[in-house]
Amino acid sequence: MSEETKSQRFVALCMLGMLLFNFPILALFNVGGTLFGVPVLYAYLFMAWAALIALMALVAER
Amino acid sequence: MLQGPVIILTSFAYLGLLFAIAFYADKRADAGRPVIANAYVYSLSLAVYATAWTFYGSVGRAASDGVGFLPIYIGPTLMIALWWLVMRKILRISKQNRITSLADFVASRYGKSALIGGLVTVIAVIGILPYISLQLKAISSSYSILVQYPQITMPAAAAGTSIASDTAFWIALILAAFTIAFGTRHLDAAEHHQGMVAAIAFESLVKLLAFLAVGVFVTFGLYHGFGDLFARAAAEPKLAAMLTPLEGVAGGYASWVWLTILSMMAIMFLPRQFQVTVIENLDERHLNKAIWLFPLYMLAINVFVLPIAFGGLLHFPDGAVDADTFVLTLPMAEKQEALALLVFIGGLSAATGMVIVETIALSTMVCNDLVMPVLLRLRALRLNERADLTGLLLGIRRGAIVLILLLGYLYFKLAGEAYALVSIGLISFAAVAQFAPVVLGGIFWKGATRRGAAAGLVAGFAVWFYTLLLPALARSGWLPAGILEHGPWGIGLLRPLELFGLAGLDQITHAMIWSMLANIGAYVGVSLLASPGAEEARQASVFVDVFRQNPDTRGARFWRGTASVPDLYNMLARFLGAAGADASFRDHAAIKGRQWPRDALEADAELVHHVEVQLAGAIGAASARIMIASVVKEEALSIEEVREILDEASQVVVYSHRLEQKSRELEAATAELRQANERLTELDRLKDDFVSTITHELRTPLTSIRAFTQILLENPQVELEQRRKFLGIITKETERLTRLINQVLDLSKIESGKAEWHESAVDMREVVADTVTGMSQVFEEREIKVDTSVPERLKPVKADVDRMIQVMLNLLSNAAKFCEPGRGRIEIAVSEHGGGLRIDVRDNGPGIDPDDQKVIFDKFRQVGDTLTAKPHGSGLGLHISRQIVEHFGGRMWVESAPGQGACFSFTLPT
Repeated sequence: MSEETKSQRFVALCMLGMLLFNFPILALFNVGGTLFGVPVLYAYLFMAWAALIALMALVAER
Repeated sequence: MLQGPVIILTSFAYLGLLFAIAFYADKRADAGRPVIANAYVYSLSLAVYATAWTFYGSVGRAASDGVGFLPIYIGPTLMIALWWLVMRKILRISKQNRITSLADFVASRYGKSALIGGLVTVIAVIGILPYISLQLKAISSSYSILVQYPQITMPAAAAGTSIASDTAFWIALILAAFTIAFGTRHLDAAEHHQGMVAAIAFESLVKLLAFLAVGVFVTFGLYHGFGDLFARAAAEPKLAAMLTPLEGVAGGYASWVWLTILSMMAIMFLPRQFQVTVIENLDERHLNKAIWLFPLYMLAINVFVLPIAFGGLLHFPDGAVDADTFVLTLPMAEKQEALALLVFIGGLSAATGMVIVETIALSTMVCNDLVMPVLLRLRALRLNERADLTGLLLGIRRGAIVLILLLGYLYFKLAGEAYALVSIGLISFAAVAQFAPVVLGGIFWKGATRRGAAAGLVAGFAVWFYTLLLPALARSGWLPAGILEHGPWGIGLLRPLELFGLAGLDQITHAMIWSMLANIGAYVGVSLLASPGAEEARQASVFVDVFRQNPDTRGARFWRGTASVPDLYNMLARFLGAAGADASFRDHAAIKGRQWPRDALEADAELVHHVEVQLAGAIGAASARIMIASVVKEEALSIEEVREILDEASQVVVYSHRLEQKSRELEAATAELRQANERLTELDRLKDDFVSTITHELRTPLTSIRAFTQILLENPQVELEQRRKFLGIITKETERLTRLINQVLDLSKIESGKAEWHESAVDMREVVADTVTGMSQVFEEREIKVDTSVPERLKPVKADVDRMIQVMLNLLSNAAKFCEPGRGRIEIAVSEHGGGLRIDVRDNGPGIDPDDQKVIFDKFRQVGDTLTAKPHGSGLGLHISRQIVEHFGGRMWVESAPGQGACFSFTLPT
C-alpha cells in the first residue's frame, strides 16, 4: 500500500471517529435502557471506541 | 500493617527499582544494545499520558458527570489516527534538525528565533504548573488517607500547617532529587534519555495493572459483574439520572466536543508527550504499532472507571468521601491492605512518571531556550571563552527542575485545594492547546511568520491567563472575588468567566473559544501582514518540505561566509566535550570520504551547517545560531536571494520528479516489451518442438507400414499366415496414425479456441457406466478387474458429454495399458467434493516417477525411456484430457508412488 493511500485511510478513520463520538450519532445512543446489563450509552462508547482502534490497527499494520 | 514507615519504605523501594531499571537501560544503551528500541516499549512510554488524573481523577469526574471523563481519551485516539500524517512529519523534521524540545521546535521553525523559544517556554512552564500541582496533590492526599488505615478520613485542608510538616512539600523535594538523578546525569547531544524511557514504560505497566486490579475487585468482588452493579445503581434514585442522558450531566454536547478537541491538542503538545513521542523516538517505524497500541492502553485503563465510580457512590452514599479517592478508599473500606498498597504504588507510578518526564522536558526548554540565549548574549560573562560548558548546562537544568517543582507546590498551596483533580488538569490542557496553531500551521503553511507566531502565542496565552488562571486564583481567595462577579473595575463585559457577555458555557469551553479565536486570529492575521525575513523563509521551506529534500544539501545551500576549522572544533568541544566533538567531526569527514584528523577539512558551508545542527542538539536551535554567528563571519543573504534559491530548488525538484516519472514509464514499457519478446521466443521454440515431435511420431508408424508393404510387394511368395500377420500390423499402424492425426487436429482446435463444445447437464454415473461397458472387451482380454464406486444420486455437471467420455476413455485405457495383465485392478470412484464432483481412476501398475508426474500432462510426454521401450500412445491423450477438464472449470492431477500404482483424479464444478 502506498503512503498516499495509507494517509487517506487514516484521515477517513479520524473523520469516522469524529462522526461516531459526536452529535447527532451520539444522541441516538443517549437513551435509557441497558445492553448486556450495561447502560446503552456506556456500552456504545466503549464498543465504538474498540472498533475504531481495531480499524486503526488494520490500516497501520498492513 | 499499613503504617507510615511501611508505606514510605515501600515507596522508596519502588523508586529504587525504577532507578535500577533506568540504570540498566542506560548501560545497555551505552553498550550499543538498547532495550527500548522496540515499538512496545515506545507505546508504553507514550502512556505517560495517563497520570494521577487518570488514576484517581477519572473516577472522581465519572462520579459527578457520568461519561464526562471519556473525551480526554477519545480525543487522543482521534488525533493519533492523524499521526501518520502529522506526527511522522514532525518526527522527520525533528530528527533532521536535532530538535531538543517543543520550544526548540517552534523557535527553529520561525527563523531560529530566541524570542519565540522563550515565549513557548514561559507559556509551557506557567501552563503546566497546575498539572504538576495535581500530581503533588494526588500523592500527598493518597498518602494521608492510606496512613489513617483502617479509618477513612479525608485529609483536612493543609492551609494551616507549616511548610515543614506538609507532605506535599517533601514529596516535591524528593521528586526533584529523583528527577535530577534520572534525567541530568550526563549531557547527551541527541537528548535521548533511554533509562528514563525504560522506567516510564515500566511505570505504565504498574499503573495499568493496579487500576485493573481495583476494577476487577470492585466489579466482581464487591458486586456480581457489570450488570449487577449498574442494576443496583439504577435502583438508587440519585444515581439513576447519571445512567442516561448526556446533556444535563456532562455539560452537554458543546462541552463534550471541546473536551475532545482540547485533548486532541494535549496529546500532541504537552511537553512530556512531545518528549516521549518525538525526542525519545529511536525509529520512525515504531509509530506503526504505537498508533493502535497506545489507544488500546487508554481503552483498557478506562474500562473500570464507571464501575468503580458507581461502586464508590453506592458504598459511601453520604458523600463524606471525596470521589477522587474511591480507587483507594474502596479497597481500604473492604480491609484489602495489599490491594490498597498496590493502588497507592499505582498512583505513585502515574504521578511520578508524569513529573519526571514533564520536568525533564521543561528543564531542557528553560535551559536551551530561555537561559542560554540570554547568557550567551551577555558579553560580560565571556561564555564564548570558557573551555567546557557542559557543567554549566547541567547546573541550569538541575536548578530548573527544582524550581519547577517548587512552583508546582506553590500553585498547589495557592489554588490547587479548591478544585477537583480533573478541573486542575484541564487548565493545563487549555494552556498547551495554545501551541497547536503555531506548530500545525508551521509544518503545513509556509506563509506563517515569526511575528505572526509571537502574536498568536501572546494573544492566546493572555486570554487563557485571564479566563482560566485568574479565576482559579480568585476562587482561592488570592484575588478579590468581586472580579469574577462584576468584572475588573466593575466593567461587566470583562467578567473573566463570561467574557464579552458570552454566558451559559462551562469554564473550559468558554476559555477555549476565546483563546483559540485570539490565537488563530492574531497568528494568521499578523503572518499575512508581515513578510518573512530570510532566515524564516528558509526554515519554513526546511520544515514544510521535509519529505521533498535532498538530505545532503539541506540548509547548507543557504549559507555564505568564511569560517575556520579550529574555531568550529573548539566551539563544539566546549558544549559536547572533546570526545563528542571528535566523533562529530569524524562522522562529517566520513560522509565526504575522508579521515579526520588525518585529512584536512574545509570550513565550507556544509561543515558549518553540520556543526550548527550538532550544537542545536545540545543547546537548542536559537542558542546554536547565536554561537555560530560568534565564530563565523557570515554574509547575510537577502530575502530575494533566499527566495531565488528556494524557487530554483523547487523547480529542480519538480523537474527531477518529472524525469523520474518518465524514466519509470520507460522502464515499465521496456519490461513489458521484454516479456512479450520472451513469450514469443518461447512460443516459437514450442512450435519447433511440436513440429519435430509430430514428424517423429508420424514417421514411426509410416516407417513400419512402408517396410511391411515393401516386403509384401517384393516377396509375392510370402505365406498366407505371415501375410495376414503383416497386414494386421499395417492396419494397426494405420489406425494409430489416424488416431494421432485426429488428436493433433483435436488439440489444435482446442488450443485455437475453435473446438465445438456442446454443454449440457451431464450425469457422470452414465458416463462412467458407458465407458466401462465400452472398454469391457479390453478389460476381459487383459483379465483386469474393475471396481466402480459411484453414489446413487449425483448432481449433474455442466459439460459436454462426448468430451467427458473422451476423458474417461483416455484415463481408463491408460490404466488398462499399464496394468499387469492377469493381476490388473482398476478402481473408479466418484464423490461429491466441495462445490463439485471428484473422479478418481486408480490402477495397480508400476506407478509414475515423481519427476515424471510434473511433466506427464505436457504434450508428447510418454513416461519411461522412449528409446528402449515401445511407446504406448501418442502422448497427447492426457494433455487433451486436462485441457477439456480445465475448459469446464475443473482441475486434473495425478498422485502416485513408484511401484504402488497411479491415481489420476479430476474435479468438475456442478
